[in-house]
This record gives sequence, C-alpha cells and structure tokens, in this order.
Amino acid sequence: MKILVCLKQVPQKDAPLKLNDAGTWIREDTSYEVNEPDAYALEEALRQREKHKGEVVVITSGPARAQQVLREALAKGADRALHLEDDKFVGLDAFNTAKAFAAAIKDEKFDLILTGLQSDDYGYAQTGVILAELMGLPHATIIMQIEKTDSGIRVKRELEAGFFQFVDIPTPAVLTIQSGINKLRYATLIGIKQAKNKPLKKVTLAEIQSAVGDNLQKIERLYVPQKTKKTEVIEGPAAEVAKKLVDKLRNELRVL
Amino acid sequence: MPDTILVIVEQREGKLNRVSWETITAGQAIAAATGWTLEAAVVGGPASIAAEVAGKKVAKVYAIESPKLEPYTPDAFAAGLKQFLAAKQPKLVLMPHTYQVRDFIPKLATAMGRTVISDCIGFKHESGKLAFTRQMFQGKLAADVSFTGDAPWFATFQNGAFRGDKAEDSAAAAPVETVNVEIADGVVRNKPQEVFKEAKQAVDLTQAEIIVSVGRGIKEQKNIDMAKQLADALGGELAASRPICDSGWLPMDRQVGSSGQTVAPKLYLALGISGAIQHIVGMKGSKAIIAVNKDSEAPIFEIADVAVVGNLFDIVPPLIEEVKKAKAAS
Repeated sequence: MKILVCLKQVPQKDAPLKLNDAGTWIREDTSYEVNEPDAYALEEALRQREKHKGEVVVITSGPARAQQVLREALAKGADRALHLEDDKFVGLDAFNTAKAFAAAIKDEKFDLILTGLQSDDYGYAQTGVILAELMGLPHATIIMQIEKTDSGIRVKRELEAGFFQFVDIPTPAVLTIQSGINKLRYATLIGIKQAKNKPLKKVTLAEIQSAVGDNLQKIERLYVPQKTKKTEVIEGPAAEVAKKLVDKLRNELRVL
Repeated sequence: MPDTILVIVEQREGKLNRVSWETITAGQAIAAATGWTLEAAVVGGPASIAAEVAGKKVAKVYAIESPKLEPYTPDAFAAGLKQFLAAKQPKLVLMPHTYQVRDFIPKLATAMGRTVISDCIGFKHESGKLAFTRQMFQGKLAADVSFTGDAPWFATFQNGAFRGDKAEDSAAAAPVETVNVEIADGVVRNKPQEVFKEAKQAVDLTQAEIIVSVGRGIKEQKNIDMAKQLADALGGELAASRPICDSGWLPMDRQVGSSGQTVAPKLYLALGISGAIQHIVGMKGSKAIIAVNKDSEAPIFEIADVAVVGNLFDIVPPLIEEVKKAKAAS
C-alpha cells in the first residue's frame, strides 16, 4: 500500500499566543508541534505499511520551521517527505491548501491519503475532504479502524453519541483519522539517525502557484474572546482553597 | 427577488436531529438582521420531517428526494444538494456542525467551487457586511470570518451556539415542495453498513448529578486514582476529556465531549482540563462548573463559574479531606 499522510504544524497546546499588529493572525514567535490527530494518521499509515508492505510519504505546507514535523515523521518510519515551503502557506484557506497538495502530488499514485480529522489551530475539519473531491476520490471521515479488503478497504467511522458504522470503500481513497485510533510510537535513536538520509523534497510556491487561487474567505479580526460568564476566582494556599470550595459546594451549590 | 438563506436540517435514520432547531434559530436571526428570506430543506427521510420543519417561521420547505439518498453517503448528499443548490442559488446555506455535515459539506462546497466557514458560534452584521464568529486555537482565540468569493456561501454552526427552543413557530404551516434529484448510477462509491453502538455503555454519565472530570493536566495514569477519590468523596462519577481515554487511562464510556457523552450535572468539577471546543460542547450545559487549572488562560475558565488557578496536585488532596469532613459532619 502506498500511503500519503498530510501533516500540519500547529502551535503547541499550552504555548502562549500573541496577536500580530494587524490583529488578523498570531505572531510567528511561539513553539510548534505536529497537529495531534495528524500524528495518529501517521501512526496508522506506518501500521498499515507494516501489515501490507508499501511506502509511507508525508507532506506538509508552511515556512521553514514546518520541516520539523517531516523530520519527526521520517524518524518514526516514514519513507520520504514533501515540503511545500513558503511563508504564504500559513494564510492559505483549506480550499487552496488542498489545491496546493493536489498539485504537488499529481504525478504520484497513492492507494490511501490520510489526514487528521481537524487541526488544533483553525479547526475547520475540511482539508482532507476537499482534497478527496479535487482528486475525484471517495472519502470517509473520523475513522477509528482501517482494514484492507479484496476490493478496497473497510473503515470504522465514528458517529456521534457512541455510535459507529463500518463503510466499504474502493481505493484509492481519502480518510480523515480520529485521535485514539491507535497508540503512538516514539522515534527510536536509530530512526532519528536514519531520517537524516531519507529524501525530503522541497516544493516552492512558484511550482504549484498556477493551481492556487485567491482565498474564498478572510479572517477580518482575530481576538481574545469576550467573557460571557461571570467567573469567581478562588486563590490562596491549597488548604484555604479547599475550605472555600467546600463552603461553596455546601452552601451555594448545595451538593454536599 | 430578495436573497435567500437556506437552512438544511439534518435527518438521520429517518429522524430529525434536534440540533437542526438551533440552525433554524440562527437562520431566523440572520434573516431578521439582513432582511433576507429564510427557507429550509430536508435531504431524504420521511415526509413527516418536512412537515415538522414547516411549522417553524420559514417561507418554504423543500423535501429533496431520491432513492439514492438512503442510506446516507457523502457522494449522494453532495450530488443531490449540488443539483438543488445550482438551481435555487441561495445566498447563504446553513447547517449544524454535526459529524454527518462535516462528512459531506466540504465536498459539496468544493464541487461548486465554494467555501465553508465551519463550526461557527455566532454571526455579525455590521454596515451591511456579514461575518461569522468562530473559535480558533482550541478556543483560546476567536475570529470574525467573512466570505470573499461568490455565493452560495456555506456556514455551519457549533452544537449549542443558538437555542433550539427559541426557533419561532409560524401561525400557518409553510408550503412544502418536493424536489426530485437525479443521482446517476456509479456516483455513490461508499457502501455503508448498519449503524451500531459498541458493547453497551456501562456508565451513563448523563444521569450523574456530580461529575469530577480529568484532562491532560493529570499527567500520569497513576494520578487518576486521586481524582477517583474526590469523585467518591463527593458521591459523583469520574469522567475525562478525550486524550485521557485515547491513552487508555479511563475507558471510552467515561468520555465527555462531542465524541463522548453530553452531560449537564449540578456540578462539573474539571481538573486539569484546558477546555478544547470538543470537550466544552459536551459539558457547557452544567449548572455549575468549577475548574482547576494551572494555566490562567485556559479556555475552560471562559465558561467556569468558579476558577481555581493552581496546581491540581496541591489542591485536590486537601479538598478530598475537606469534603470527607463536611460529609461526616452532615
């Protein structure tokens, strides 16, 4: 099985975020990590390759810093990487990011394309499905299990409220992967060493520019959300905080 | 002719998903602000759903039909709706941000060369310009996002963004028009099997009056026991955010959030939960929310009634003791 995994570099979960001067995006100077659901997508691709042989290719778009997520993926076992490298990729909407990916892989034939189900920064949950439509491929979202069958794959979709559904899909296909589908592996020392010699191809914006159009949506303003609820802050030494909380539980909330 | 807002309600397995009323409320609010006409559509399902929606204040309800729309597949829904929307040309198409909608709306919009502003929590209409508010960076920031391309514009609303019970009824039922769409053989590639539930859920968190819930801040599996002791002392249930269940530290049936259970207890005590959107949608209806987190900027504090900024490992042990004392004294 030849599998492509789309990875996105996003700000670390507890990294402090500062707004840029225009108030339209965050400032670059924060710490980054791979988008968590994408890490599960990569792990699933590696497991499928272990079962069925083949190749795992990883792709990302973003400035030079984004190369880090590709290096980590190569260290975990991916075979090669594609980096659509340009600062401009940061501001691209999902539609155009998917167009850029489709253009960059147009000469390759993947059996499966995996993405995380959504990103921790925008949270649009769209890029994978858009990519499927652009490439004319079937897709399924929020996947918790993948099994190869004679005619393609059988996947387990997570629905809401504890429901699931198996779906048979012909390949090639695009799947968006839910966190928790598997257990993530760590990169080994040998893996990290080997990663240095694995191919990492850079694709410039100029090479795929013709496929990318104007954004169809625009962030007018990014801001710290206004609080809608009155919150009482309890502070002090732990023992005092505990006493205050119990007083609240007993006399105000009446749950004790 | 004025511009039209079209709300596409969700039916699953022949039943109207109640979250659709929230989208109707949103549509009514945008219609009031813009002066645009509000219409609704149902894709597949029995005629009773269109009739139910026609009881709300909407100008018209379309029942979009084709034998290929059952069971749900993204291919059929995108093909059927594309045909319908290309003919109707609404200005704005609204849907709830459900797992089903997430599965087909990016495909539908892309097939029409359009875009979706997804998972919105509100809208703004200022000096004639419409923008949609959505959470970014897991709720740490918010953004007002506008469309820069041609209509139809697509937007989805987060569960709980509007009040479903505020959807206005209409004195007389709106007219229902059946629209048959043609979906050619071969369009539908996925073969979905029956929907099922995993082995019966052992824990029904929706009935719990008190929930103690843990997030990433609990750090290690062995620390879960401390939270369990607090839950026991309070006579409540133990729950968790998704990453804890993903790690296998607690079973999946203790998960609160969009992929787990939706709860509204008297007390929701969140320990080391940052408050990602997917978690918040599952517990924001709680009567009282107490959050303990060391990060004063954690989004959970946005919706907390009581905020304790501090280390949960310092605060929980004395809290267990105080709760036990209080219980013993009462």
